[in-house]
Amino acid sequence: MDLLIIFISAAVVNNFVLIYFLGICPFLGVSNKTEKAFSMGLATTFVMVLAALVTWLINNLILIPFNLPFLQYVSFIIVIASLVQFVEMFIRKTSSTLYRALGIFLPLITTNCAILGLALLAALREYNFIQSVVFGFAAGVGFTLALLIMAGIREELEMAPIPEPFKGAPITLIIAGLLALAFMGFAGLIAG
Amino acid sequence: MNVIFISLLAMGGLGLFFAAVLGFASEKLKVIEDPRVAQVLEALPGLNCGACGYAGCHDLAEKIVAQGSLEDLRCPPGGSEVEEKIAEILGIAAAPAVKKRAVVKCGGGKALAVERAEYQGISNCTAAELVAGGSKACTYGCLGLGDCVTVCPFDAISMGEDDLPHVIEEKCTACGLCVEACPRNIIELVPCDNRVVVVCNSRDKGAVTRKVCKVGCIACMICVKAAPEGYQVADNLARVNCEKGDGVAEPAIPKCPTKCIVKL
Repeated sequence: MDLLIIFISAAVVNNFVLIYFLGICPFLGVSNKTEKAFSMGLATTFVMVLAALVTWLINNLILIPFNLPFLQYVSFIIVIASLVQFVEMFIRKTSSTLYRALGIFLPLITTNCAILGLALLAALREYNFIQSVVFGFAAGVGFTLALLIMAGIREELEMAPIPEPFKGAPITLIIAGLLALAFMGFAGLIAG
Repeated sequence: MNVIFISLLAMGGLGLFFAAVLGFASEKLKVIEDPRVAQVLEALPGLNCGACGYAGCHDLAEKIVAQGSLEDLRCPPGGSEVEEKIAEILGIAAAPAVKKRAVVKCGGGKALAVERAEYQGISNCTAAELVAGGSKACTYGCLGLGDCVTVCPFDAISMGEDDLPHVIEEKCTACGLCVEACPRNIIELVPCDNRVVVVCNSRDKGAVTRKVCKVGCIACMICVKAAPEGYQVADNLARVNCEKGDGVAEPAIPKCPTKCIVKL
């Protein structure tokens, strides 16, 4: 029950992108095609789960026992950077089309604040190992969900008669705002 | 002091650990790319214009290397020069490519073509064509709003005083983007050796064409009579037989009653 609450909370109620405003860069950058958005979501989810797992281990086996919590930021960034490098190599090996489609946004997962935010939040809330991993997975699912909704709307928009001054970035930002507003509706679904 | 030492140890250890994992992974997951792909990519112009039909130069380079020949694969902006270089890399003989350039097949500029209305909509040929076919009475003629100028990545087309696009031949790479952009299909890629062109695209009957444009082809057949080898007339429109060359077509230029055959 506890895990379910963590999952729904991180994926929907406190959606990383639409409520915490973390990871806006890929949310706007890779959300023009649903297929690409889904791949990006998968890659980010993968990094998030691994990051949650590894950062928990580092936090609880190294940083806390040796009383070094001030190293959280530095060590988490190292973990995330290494993981992204690994995912990049993996995707390049398995699908060069996807590799080129994701382009610069793949290495940019490194600096995706959603992932660092996830690691720091999990540490702050003192989740245990299982909770951390579930939290990471839920955050990834939430991220993918936000990207997919956005990409779906933007694909429809290509056909829509948008007034000239709103084309491109303005209409995208307006939609992002409306989506965030819609997700506010989930607040109160779970207390806290 | 102790804290600093432990921090150094912890961070150093973490760094070493991840370096080892990544080093191992980079060996395991190495992507072996044919070195010729990089060479071919270097030889290509790197414009990523997509005129070859592939998503950018890298894609084309991969296709060329995978196929091992240039058959059915062309780089229109690069032309024969690039193709020779690629052929050298692949160790094959290059096929002689015909250099082409875009030709606007409409001569009905301001004062020559009849205007039937004033177009006040979005300044864009596609939009004008959608509304009611623009301002000109001729439904085949150039709309003069410059979609081809906008789409040209090489600045090779400019709008002239007469509201007709002019192709700057030295800059034109025959990529074909303007051919696709023109909603009336007026632009055609013609071999550079062919200087004689019929600058009209109207398939209207002669009487109709005469009413709407002073320089339209009325399919009078005089060019065919003057130079039977050089021309053919179909759908009320004369066309130059490009394969026969300029020499055959030239005698008909002064004979054309509407002066729509020109030597560019």
